[in-house]
Amino acid sequence: MIWLLAGAIFWALGWWINVRLAAQPKSRMTSLLVPIIFGITLLIIWECVVRGLQIQQVLLPAPSVIAARFAASTSILWQDWVQTVVKGMMSGYIIGCLAAFAMALAVDRFKFLQRGLLPVGNFAAALPIIGMAPILVMWFGFDWQSKAAVVVVMIFFPILVNTVQGLQASDAIQRDLMRTYAAGYWKTLFKLRLPMALPFIFNGLKIATTLALIGAIVAEFFGSPIRGMGFRISTSVGQLALDLVWAEIVVAAITGSAFYGGMSLLERKWTFWHPSQRS
Amino acid sequence: MKNLLPILTVVAAIIVLWYGAAVWLNAPWAYDKAQRADVTLSTSELIADTWSQKKPKLPAPHQVTQEIWKTTVEKKITSKRSLIYHSWITLSATLLGFALGTVLGIALAVGIVYNRTMDMSVMPWVITSQTIPILAVAPMIIVVLNAVGIQGLLPKAIISMYLSFFPVVVGMVKGLRSPDHMQLDQMRTWHASGAQTFWRLRLPSSMPYLFTSLKIAMAAAIVGAIVGELPTGAVAGLGARLLAGSYYGQTIQIWSALLVAAALAATLVAIIGLMQRIVLKRMGMAQ
Repeated sequence: MIWLLAGAIFWALGWWINVRLAAQPKSRMTSLLVPIIFGITLLIIWECVVRGLQIQQVLLPAPSVIAARFAASTSILWQDWVQTVVKGMMSGYIIGCLAAFAMALAVDRFKFLQRGLLPVGNFAAALPIIGMAPILVMWFGFDWQSKAAVVVVMIFFPILVNTVQGLQASDAIQRDLMRTYAAGYWKTLFKLRLPMALPFIFNGLKIATTLALIGAIVAEFFGSPIRGMGFRISTSVGQLALDLVWAEIVVAAITGSAFYGGMSLLERKWTFWHPSQRS
Repeated sequence: MKNLLPILTVVAAIIVLWYGAAVWLNAPWAYDKAQRADVTLSTSELIADTWSQKKPKLPAPHQVTQEIWKTTVEKKITSKRSLIYHSWITLSATLLGFALGTVLGIALAVGIVYNRTMDMSVMPWVITSQTIPILAVAPMIIVVLNAVGIQGLLPKAIISMYLSFFPVVVGMVKGLRSPDHMQLDQMRTWHASGAQTFWRLRLPSSMPYLFTSLKIAMAAAIVGAIVGELPTGAVAGLGARLLAGSYYGQTIQIWSALLVAAALAATLVAIIGLMQRIVLKRMGMAQ
C-alpha cells in the first residue's frame, strides 16, 4: 500500500514539475529535461506498482531487478550483441544500402525501369517481408549470414524508393545550369543530384535502422547458433527468466536509439542547408 | 494505366528470374538423386525435376500457385489445412490491433496538439518507442499475457496495436496542426469554441494525413499479427504456418503462406486507399 502511495506521489510530483517546465519559454534545456523527467517518473511508477501489488517476477520484473541482472550478465549480453548487431545487422545494413543505391542509380537512368519498378517497390515495401526469414535461414544456414540476408531484404525497398525519389528532387532549371557548365552525367550526379537527394536518402536510412535491428533479431527465432539476442530472448522466455529478457530488450532499445540518433546526427551534419534542419 | 506495361514487364522479369533461380538452387539435389539412381540427366529432365521436387529449396511459382489453390478452394473453410481459415485468424487479430492502434494514435495526437506538457514529454518517447524492436519482444508479451489469463486474439492484437499507433500519431499531429493561422483566426472571428474549431476545422483538415498514415499502420499491423503468432506454439494463423513449414522443411507451404499474407496486406491497403478516395472526394479535398 505504501508503495502504491509513493508511486502516486511521484506521479503527481513529476507531472507538476513538467507542467511548470512546459510553461517556461521553450529552450534547449526544457525540451531535454521534460522528456527525461517523464521517463524517470514512468520508471518509478513501474517500480512502485510492481512492489505495491506484489506482481510476480515471472510476469513483470521491477526495473531495479532488471538493472541488477544487466550488471551481472554483461559478458553474455556483450557476446549476444556482437553476434546479432555487429555480425548480423551491420553487415546486412551495409550490403543492403549499397545494393539499393546501385539499383536506384540503374532505375534512375532508365525511365522504363522507373515506371515499372517503383510501383512494385512501393507494393513490396508494404508487404510482411519479415516472413522471408525462415526461407533465408534455410538457404544461408544458422549463422550470421542468414541474418544479414534478412536485413538486406527488409531494408532494400524502403531505401530504393526513397533514393529514387530523392534523385528526382533537382529541378530542370538546375540541371540545365549544370549542362551550361558542360558537366557530364557523373559530374551532375555528384555535384547536384546526390546532394539534393540526401534528405530523402537519410529518410530511408533512418527507417532502415529500426527495420534492420528487427530483422536481425527476429531471424534468430528461426534458428541460430547458441548466442545472439533473438536466441537469448526466445530461450529465456521458455525458461521464464524474464529479467534476462528485459536486459536484452534494454540493450536492443539502446542500440536502436543510438543507431537512429547517429543517423540523425549525420543527417544534420550533411544536410544542414535543408529547411527541416534549420529551425 | 500508362504504367501498366512497365509494371507487367517487371513482374514478368521477376517470374522468369524466379524460375531460373529455382533451377539453380534445386539442381544439386536433382543431381544427387540422379547419381544415386545411376542415371545421367539431360538438361530438359533436370529442369523438369527442379520444378517439381517435393521439398525444393525454392519452389517454382506454379507449385506455389497449385498449393494455394489446393488449400483455399479445394479444402473446406473449417479445415485446419485451409489457408482461408488461417488467414481469417491472422486477419481478425490484424483488424482488432489496427482499430485499437488507430484509436490510441488519434487520442494521443489530440492530447499532444492541445496540451503543451504532453507535447513536450510524450512526443520524444513516442519516437523512442519505435526504436525498440517490439517484434523481438513479441514472444515475451504473448507468454506473459498468457500467464495472466489473456489468450487468443488479444495478445496478438496488442502487438499489432503497438506497431500501428506510431504512424497514426505522427500523421495526425501533423494533420491537426495543418490549418494555418489565417484559418484559425477566421474561426476566432466567428467566435467558435475550442470544440467547434476541432470538429469543423482541425479534424477535417487532418483527413488526408490520417489516411496516408492508416495505410502504413495497416501494413505494420499485419506484420505484428504474423510475428505475434510465431511463439504461440504454431497453432493457427499465417505466422504459425510459416513456423510449421520451417520446422518440417515444407518450403511450398512457407511460400504459399507468404504469398497469401502479401495478398492480404495488398488488399487491406487497397481498401483504405479506396476509402481515402471516396471520403476525400465527398469532402471536396480530392487532388
